[in-house]
Amino acid sequence: MKNIYLDHAATTSVKPEVLETMLPYFTEKYGNASSIYSLGRENKKAIDDAREKVAKALNAQPKEIFFTSGGTEADNWALEGIAFANQTKGKHIITTNIEHHAILHTCKFLEKQGFEVTYVPVDNKGIVHVEDIEKAIRPDTILISIMFANNEIGTIQPIKEIGVLAKEKGIYFHTDAVQAIGNIPIDVKDMNIDMLSLSGHKFYGPKGVGVLYIRDGVRISPMLHGGAQERGKRASTENVAGIVGLGKAIELATENIEEYNTKLMKIRDRAIRKILEKIPYSRLNGEEKNRLPGNVNISFEFIEGESILLMLDMKGICASSGSACTSGSLDPSHVLLAIGLPHEIAHGSLRLTFGEENTDSDLDYLLETLPPIIEKLRAMSPLYDTFIKNGRI
Amino acid sequence: MDHFMNPRNVGEIPDADGIGQVGNPVCGDIMKMYLKIKDNVITDVKFKTFGCGAAVATSSMATELIMGKTLEEALEISNKTVAEALNGLPPIKMHCSNLAEQAIKAAIDDYKKKNESSK
Repeated sequence: MKNIYLDHAATTSVKPEVLETMLPYFTEKYGNASSIYSLGRENKKAIDDAREKVAKALNAQPKEIFFTSGGTEADNWALEGIAFANQTKGKHIITTNIEHHAILHTCKFLEKQGFEVTYVPVDNKGIVHVEDIEKAIRPDTILISIMFANNEIGTIQPIKEIGVLAKEKGIYFHTDAVQAIGNIPIDVKDMNIDMLSLSGHKFYGPKGVGVLYIRDGVRISPMLHGGAQERGKRASTENVAGIVGLGKAIELATENIEEYNTKLMKIRDRAIRKILEKIPYSRLNGEEKNRLPGNVNISFEFIEGESILLMLDMKGICASSGSACTSGSLDPSHVLLAIGLPHEIAHGSLRLTFGEENTDSDLDYLLETLPPIIEKLRAMSPLYDTFIKNGRI
Repeated sequence: MDHFMNPRNVGEIPDADGIGQVGNPVCGDIMKMYLKIKDNVITDVKFKTFGCGAAVATSSMATELIMGKTLEEALEISNKTVAEALNGLPPIKMHCSNLAEQAIKAAIDDYKKKNESSK
């Protein structure tokens, strides 16, 4: 059976050349990077090389790169670290209502600790307006955290403009760039970014390793307490293989970014055009052009997302949805609700995220497979029934 | 899984004796059940479902379980019976099987009300 992977925003496979750089660190190069003998020192060097590669990809300095266990840890650290280190200055944080749960749930935690959080709403395309952020700023605001690009609907935020505003107001600015790295060129200096989170497995690197970029001079508490690793800010024996793999992966991802983007955008735009053309009562979520190059998110009225995913899976297609059942709760995606979709339409959404190995013929297969699935589910939907008979639900 | 991919008894009965609809689109599950009843026995049953895979499978299984049963027997079918017939459902999906039980009850109630008013 076919196996077509259209869920690159969830994770990606490790590139063979990335894996190759990692393998020696599981066996012969097993030394602890803090050890004094050469088996350790060489690993310290390998970590520093990876740090340089990450710094180069972001236009940062190597000493501003801190390795973590992934994007979630980087997000938790940025928020909690700034909150705890700067609470004498203020206890107010600004974010949006479409952030990843790694941000939103950390904000909820901080609210319990006595911090206040403003969740600035986005417009119906999923874009946050700089004026709205400016209005939310208070004298006690210590941090603005806005995601670079949304994981569900792919919309790209005006990060540079927000960076200018934060700098002007003297407020720290963090961006969760987990989905953006390898898809959008990022320059932390030019964009006035003080902190940035990223995760290795979203750009053909390994899972279990990420980065928090912290601009030199930012006042932040350590994430993990213990040894002197990561300049005393993030203790724990380094995941050398993971760090080396992330370094290689980010180097490859940023070096081919334009070519990669052009290819993905071509597939994406054709996917959007054809799906909307072939399937009635469907709509695109997010902006048409200002979105991640591989992201398609479409709602199909009258049906439920998980059923679509299960049927696509039977045909060998891996995709994702904003449906309640996939997330383990009964609520549909907070992002789709935030852009104003009614509950029943938010339930019927499909996210396709294209990547490196996808071809035009993968898309052809999807375009053959998807319409009959939607038709079959609509045929058994009482909502569609009512709509056809009464012209409304 | 088979009951999801090839659900039995999907559709509607135009001259149904009892129709029950439960759930709402906000939670992402709606189940509509149509019953044909003769001499207190369910002679035909069809359903339509808007919902996740488990909702479709439980609807399908529930229609198989009540076909040919008396109304009393049908009312005894619980969400557990349906889930067991499907060889178990994950805990998060148990609410989907509640829907099947409620849809049967609603359809039988509807039938009883119609019958009383026609007497």
